[in-house]
Amino acid sequence: MELFEARNVNKVFASTQALTDVSISVKEQSIFGLLGPNGAGKTTLIRIINQITAPDSGEIFLNGRKMNRTDISHIGYLPEERGLYKKMKIGEQAIYLAQLKGMSYRDASNNLKKWFEKFDIMPWWNKKVEELSKGMQQKVQFITTVVHQPKLLIFDEPFSGFDPINANLLKKEILNLKAEGATIIFSTHNMGSVEELCDHIALINKSKKIEDGPTDEIRMKYKTNIFDIKYRGEFREIDLALGTDYKIISHDESDKANTLKVQYMNGKSNNELLSSIMPAAEILAFEELIPSMNDVFIKAVEESNKN
Amino acid sequence: MNNTLLILKQEYLKRVKKKSFIILTILMPFLIAGVYGLVIYFSIKDDTEERTIAVYDATNLFLGEFSEEGTTSYHFIPKNEYETLKTNLKGSGYYGLLFIPSDIYSNNQAQLFSEKQLPFELTEQIERKLSRFIENDKRQKVIEESGIPDLEERLSKTRTSVNLSTLKVSQSGETKKSSSVVAFIASYAMGLLIYFFVFMYGAMVMRSVMEEKKSRIIEVIISSVKPSQLMAGKIIGTALVGLTQVAIWLVLGGIGLVVVQSFFFTPESAQQMGQSIMESQGQMNPAAMQAAQPNQVKEVMEMIGNLNLPLILFAFVFYFLAGYLLYSALLGAVGAAVDNDEDSQQMVFPVTFPLILSIMLLFPIAKNPEGPLAFWCSIIPFTSPVAMMARVPYEIPVWELLLSMGLLVLTTIVCIMAAAKIYRIGLLMYGKKVNIKELIKWLRYKG
Repeated sequence: MELFEARNVNKVFASTQALTDVSISVKEQSIFGLLGPNGAGKTTLIRIINQITAPDSGEIFLNGRKMNRTDISHIGYLPEERGLYKKMKIGEQAIYLAQLKGMSYRDASNNLKKWFEKFDIMPWWNKKVEELSKGMQQKVQFITTVVHQPKLLIFDEPFSGFDPINANLLKKEILNLKAEGATIIFSTHNMGSVEELCDHIALINKSKKIEDGPTDEIRMKYKTNIFDIKYRGEFREIDLALGTDYKIISHDESDKANTLKVQYMNGKSNNELLSSIMPAAEILAFEELIPSMNDVFIKAVEESNKN
Repeated sequence: MNNTLLILKQEYLKRVKKKSFIILTILMPFLIAGVYGLVIYFSIKDDTEERTIAVYDATNLFLGEFSEEGTTSYHFIPKNEYETLKTNLKGSGYYGLLFIPSDIYSNNQAQLFSEKQLPFELTEQIERKLSRFIENDKRQKVIEESGIPDLEERLSKTRTSVNLSTLKVSQSGETKKSSSVVAFIASYAMGLLIYFFVFMYGAMVMRSVMEEKKSRIIEVIISSVKPSQLMAGKIIGTALVGLTQVAIWLVLGGIGLVVVQSFFFTPESAQQMGQSIMESQGQMNPAAMQAAQPNQVKEVMEMIGNLNLPLILFAFVFYFLAGYLLYSALLGAVGAAVDNDEDSQQMVFPVTFPLILSIMLLFPIAKNPEGPLAFWCSIIPFTSPVAMMARVPYEIPVWELLLSMGLLVLTTIVCIMAAAKIYRIGLLMYGKKVNIKELIKWLRYKG
């Protein structure tokens, strides 16, 4: 079931088109990656979802209903540009921000204490933000984003400013939140984390959506039919057997095993490749190379820029 | 609405709990009272420095006239000592050297040498002694020549000093004792107060907006509340801080007034004070002074009482609130539009120019509250908070007051709406140099 949906959203700033007919839909309890180069329109879309800016045309739905102003208490938003009140004590500040999201003082205080314990920052409850390290400020900011148990979470570059250990902690928490039922929209340039976390992605370039689908499918779509093959036998035999229908990208013969990277042209299939090789050598491993999200990103954007 | 209240509470408590607020609020009245107290103290206080003035009197007439006065004593010296002292005053132990030339009767000129800048009191004292002696001497001669023995007495009876008491006739025909001086002071003070309050608290709103924008927390906040709620909460919260301050000052002022009245302004002490002022100033006409003095304090109190205090208080709160709302909305918009301090300074000036203009015109307005300058300034909304407040102590026509208030309210509403738009657009606008033209463009944006 779709928790969130944007239909044909358009937005123009002065003379620049920020979003052109963008539609996305996000399944409940999934992580949705919103990707795109800088200036593509991701932040604009996120701000429209948060009701910070209004779209020129198009509609936004939450839980099947048209979204209105009161729905923003069901959203938790961690913007790319972080910030807290520097002179305010973090505990007091976190409670204030949670109250603005509609929590009562008591609930806010109780929930926050749990989170502060979890992130190991309880001793800093009464410290001012300016006394905290950047990493600790990021933790506070993350907590204030999730403390009111929103149905929809929007993280814009959540890992920036975290060291690898804390980034891992955060990753774990994000997956936890999903397991507990939250739906997450996740915008980042860190493609590694997209592969790890996202169930579904949409790629935006120059205000238009150029790609949309489950992460695995998208990667499969961009695969170039390249295989890593481990074999025992003679390379010459294989080369001969494959003939001109296949392109050998590289091969390597070492003591332990011989490896080969080969690509087939369109019209062939995995099995055909396999059956062509089999008579020439003993296959030890046969693995299709799925492009990384990074490759997909670059390829998709470059292709879209050509058109 | 709930969110507006939350923000309001947050903004209010943040400021009221600040040490600087507590210190300023408590200290300010004492500071002002202290400064005035010191001024009065020093003007009454006896001059304690011991001074000896060397006098060379070429006429040999003034010996009896220069007795000791206060802490100043006079020492007569012969001509040869005068010559040496004149070139060598330093180290002689004399504070100054007075030379009375032989032709003083015809020229009215004497000379006082000193190394230091002489206090005004001293030169005045010496001038008075010389003038009085010569005057008396000349008069004596005139009396002798005229042959009328009691001429002196008769002349002194002709001396007259008229005291003009100003009475204001109200519409109901009642006459009240008023003082243009008291009204002027009240008028000037009211104008200044409004100016400071509007400026101080308006700037506070602007800084608070800028802080949120600079620290980037703004995006989180406006993903929770509407920008208009944020602005309303901020502006109202800060206004309440201002009103809290005024209330504390009123209470402190009330207590202060009671204390001052009961301790210092008993009739005897007033008389004493009057006398000491008189003595220290060495008034020429003691008879007239003596008659006026004891009643003066009471009269001033009465005149303050005759000002329309409820009206003044009401107008003060009204013009403070309306003026503050107008300017804080505009300054809040400026704070949202800019993202660094230099830009904000450039933008603040055009926005606050009418306010600054009105404070520059405050003196002429308070001096002539019925003139065309005062009239127009108090009707035009951007200058009216200061200008009208300066006119209110003079009891101006009701229709003028109502017109001014109505126009101010209308303008404030329009400006708040415009400011809200600029505010909403500006909050998330970074790295763009903003000028007035750009802001006007923003006003035309839809959505």
